[in-house]
Amino acid sequence: MSKLIKSEMAGTVLEVKVKPGDKVSAGQEVAVVESMKMEVPLTASEGGVVKSVTKAVGDFLNEGETLVELQ
Amino acid sequence: MKDLQQVQEKLRQGGNSKYHQKNAETGKLFARERIALLCDAGSFVEDGLFANCVDPELPADGVVTGLGRIDGRAVALMANDSTVKAGSWGARTVEKILRIQETAAQLRVPLFYLVDSAGARITDQIEMFPGRRGAGKIFYNQVRLSGVVPQICLLFGPSAAGGAYIPAFCDVVFMVEGNASMYLGSPRMAEAVIGEKVTLEEMGGARMHCSVSGCGDLLAKDEKEAIAKARTYLSYLPQDETQSPPEAKAKASKRPSTDLAAILPASPARAYNMRDVLDAVIDEGSFFEIKELYAKEILTGFARLEGQPIGIVANQPLSKGGVLFVESSNKAARFIQICSAYGLPILFVADVPGFMIGSKTEKEGMIRAGAKMIYALSNARVPKISLVVRKAFGAGLYAMAGPAFGSDCVLALPPAQIAVMGPEPAVNAVYYNKIAELPEESRKAFVAEKIAEYEKDIDISRLASDLVIDAMVDFGQVRGELNRRFRFYQRSKEALRPPGIVPM
Repeated sequence: MSKLIKSEMAGTVLEVKVKPGDKVSAGQEVAVVESMKMEVPLTASEGGVVKSVTKAVGDFLNEGETLVELQ
Repeated sequence: MKDLQQVQEKLRQGGNSKYHQKNAETGKLFARERIALLCDAGSFVEDGLFANCVDPELPADGVVTGLGRIDGRAVALMANDSTVKAGSWGARTVEKILRIQETAAQLRVPLFYLVDSAGARITDQIEMFPGRRGAGKIFYNQVRLSGVVPQICLLFGPSAAGGAYIPAFCDVVFMVEGNASMYLGSPRMAEAVIGEKVTLEEMGGARMHCSVSGCGDLLAKDEKEAIAKARTYLSYLPQDETQSPPEAKAKASKRPSTDLAAILPASPARAYNMRDVLDAVIDEGSFFEIKELYAKEILTGFARLEGQPIGIVANQPLSKGGVLFVESSNKAARFIQICSAYGLPILFVADVPGFMIGSKTEKEGMIRAGAKMIYALSNARVPKISLVVRKAFGAGLYAMAGPAFGSDCVLALPPAQIAVMGPEPAVNAVYYNKIAELPEESRKAFVAEKIAEYEKDIDISRLASDLVIDAMVDFGQVRGELNRRFRFYQRSKEALRPPGIVPM
């Protein structure tokens, strides 16, 4: 079953820190979203291996949208 | 007399032993054990032990009510007994709850609701549901007592259908993970009536209510933790709204205030943990957080400053950049009302980029929720200090008790910025046409120059010069300054004006 890492707020992708195949652990910062001129870290709530990254730097990401999929 | 004591003893045993066993298997204590843990030893006096004693199946009619003491302070309480017909409500159950509410109102003492009930006893509905002294009166009494005496709910099991409104009308709800639940219709009913297949935990479980719906305030791992936390909660509050909350022994802060210089990042966009800031300001170990798992972009809770109880509303940049959302505005508004009702001065710790913009939050009624928070703090009848640690932009300044909102003072740390909006969006807004007209290669330099000008314009010493804020405070001065100031400020003596029309 895959696990989705979703943005908690609307903003643009500032930085993606993982790529497919990377192993991530719970609590690890996987990306940074810029919103309201703030850098909002996006962290994995549980561990896994990155299956896909759905957005690129500069893309708009709405609240609740998935950025990283783990397997 | 031997007979009487035997009968009393029998009634105090509650329902059939198989129900006691079933409760024990799921980590649930007997109602009387809960009371023994909540109250000081030997302090409890009970009313209505003999309620419905003509029916051997219904000892005390499934609820224990009476008066006890917590750390020597008188309190009233009701506790459902889930070994008696699953803690359901009959006519005497409801009457006992109404009477203990009337006692709490008469004596002006805090009232605890220890809830573990399946709801109405449908077989008794005409006697207990619709009438003048039916179950509805319980909720009516709760509303009339709201803000007069603290009303505290400990939820140990289900609180179903109409019964689910007892927690909803309390000031605070403690929920035990895995056992506590609140719902209007059970999963079985949800499937039958609307076709939804859902588990109880997912739809009405403790974790869901404490993190998603906001109907729960504190999640406890077991009953003992919930009861211990409820006792601590009460230690910050007075007996009723006319009294002042009790002082405790002063303690040093966990970290020195001078640490604030290192805690606040140099980049205004960078996140940090607001809890570290609180560690450098309040008495060590004194932060009693409320709704920790819900709307994490704002922190709310009781604390102590040199022993003096205060309420804290603080933006949390670590979550959602500290931006205010619908849920965080509601969370803050409610907490402000609690502080206002029971005389706790409020410290606002501001580092807020503003209220969230965009289509999603606008559709959720962001403006109305923000208005609710501002409404609550404008009407609060307690001392308020606003401490701007980094930024207070837009209506965020208003929501964090800025200068126009009756605050006793507004203080700012050296990195503070106060403005309608941050430098970059402001420059882009003001010079939008001008930037568009410039050749591509010169835009960046132009924007940088205007940002520098803007930052100079909103520099905090400039705002101090214009008396917009009352004082600039260095990192190491914060704790002492706040403590001395709060001890001068007084609860508003003016009679409460009519409550007005609250945005909601």
